[in-house]
Amino acid sequence: MIKKQIRKNDLNFFQRTYITEIFKGLSLTFRKIFQKKFTRQYPEEKWNPPISFRGRPVLVQEKNGTERCVACMLCARVCPALAIEIQADETFEYSKERYPKKFEINMLRCIFCGFCEEVCPEEAIVMSQEFELVFSSQDEAIFGKDKLLIPKEKLQNRLEFLRQYR
Amino acid sequence: MFEVFIESVLKIIIFFTVLISSSAYLVLLERKICAYVQDRIGPNRVGFKGLLQPLADLLKLVTKEDIVPKNANKFIHHLSPIISVAIAFSTMAVIPVGDTIEIFGKEIKLQIADVNIGILYILSLTSISVYGIALSGWSSNNKYSLLGGLRSSAQMISYEISMGLAIIGVVMTAGSLELDEIVKSQAGFKWNIFLQPIGFIVFLVASFAETNRTPFDLPEAEPELVGGYHTEYSGLKFGLFFLAEYTNMIIASAIIVTLYFGGWQIPFGENFISSSVVLSITQIFSFLIKVGLMLFFFILVRWTVPRFRYDQLMNVGWKIMFPLSLLNILITGIFYFLF
Repeated sequence: MIKKQIRKNDLNFFQRTYITEIFKGLSLTFRKIFQKKFTRQYPEEKWNPPISFRGRPVLVQEKNGTERCVACMLCARVCPALAIEIQADETFEYSKERYPKKFEINMLRCIFCGFCEEVCPEEAIVMSQEFELVFSSQDEAIFGKDKLLIPKEKLQNRLEFLRQYR
Repeated sequence: MFEVFIESVLKIIIFFTVLISSSAYLVLLERKICAYVQDRIGPNRVGFKGLLQPLADLLKLVTKEDIVPKNANKFIHHLSPIISVAIAFSTMAVIPVGDTIEIFGKEIKLQIADVNIGILYILSLTSISVYGIALSGWSSNNKYSLLGGLRSSAQMISYEISMGLAIIGVVMTAGSLELDEIVKSQAGFKWNIFLQPIGFIVFLVASFAETNRTPFDLPEAEPELVGGYHTEYSGLKFGLFFLAEYTNMIIASAIIVTLYFGGWQIPFGENFISSSVVLSITQIFSFLIKVGLMLFFFILVRWTVPRFRYDQLMNVGWKIMFPLSLLNILITGIFYFLF
């Protein structure tokens, strides 16, 4: 239902003084003072993101200490921000032929779209729950394999979530 | 003679420290109430529950770079914040915070200067305070500052008239221009707000306009004029403007309380207190509580009512407030003529 637009001429003299409206507004703001506040005291009170949250992308580390990644370059190709840089190399260990010699994500470029996770055929790169990313220099923002590799047990929730919904 | 001098100096020191610290804490109170109205918590990091926030703000203002624009008139640019603050503080001189108090067998009047034309003093000082703002706007050599300053002077001059005319009603009921007499005439719950309701509304609106508070904060309307008259000010000079604004708020509330809410009068129970010293102290506290409630109202209005447009402001000033104040004088005059 469309309400009729109220013009100034439709109001009577008392309504034009807006006194009741001002008092209604004042009582609203006064009542607001005693209402519950929604502020989270951030550094002390941390937020637990839901499992569908896309935090920083990480590489899944198997129990034997190697990465799952086979350096197929799909994530580097699909990345819209060109944040991922991979150099592949040969290996004969652990029943795979290729592995990334260098795997770098530039966190200043990453837009947390999750395309890399979606495209990965090995479930090797997943989005974690971490969102606190602070750097003091540009070099620091380029994460190598040392920072990206996270043990599989810690990412179990996310891996289960991916299998459930894909 | 020497005793009187010492007494006045002591009173000035006490009034000054109380006023300056309370206006610093008023900033914190305003931020807290603003936050609570908007479902937030507000500053709570510095000190217990954020109570040291004014100190942190002061430290920040002192350490900031003091910038003077290239083509600004340096002398006036430095002078205008000083004018603002000095006038804001000197208005306090005539406001009675209590009746006479007896300490060490001496009767001390709780008022710095008992001027017999106290109301005229207040009116003249509030009109001078336009100079601080107008000069700062002019000397900054910036179009936004200039427009802010001009708006402020036009606004203050148009509201000063209705303010003065509203005061005439109070003077008629009290029969005196002395603020102490006006307070004494309101004894026994005969507050002027009940005798002069129209005058009170006019005076309240006019004092909102005089202190440049919302809904009349056009001199510093952020979306149009950046910072208004203090766009080109930084550091401690900006701090002085800020201090002057909040001191003006306290002074305006104190004047409203003195003229319309019975000043230091206690509404009930004046006869139950026998000791004179206790009575004086309760009177001071009654004054302070009234001023505090008035300040709370000022802040609440700021976070409720939106800003007027400039033509609306002038319409309200000249077409509504001015006739209303004249009507108030007429009604009071007829009432006193008949009874």
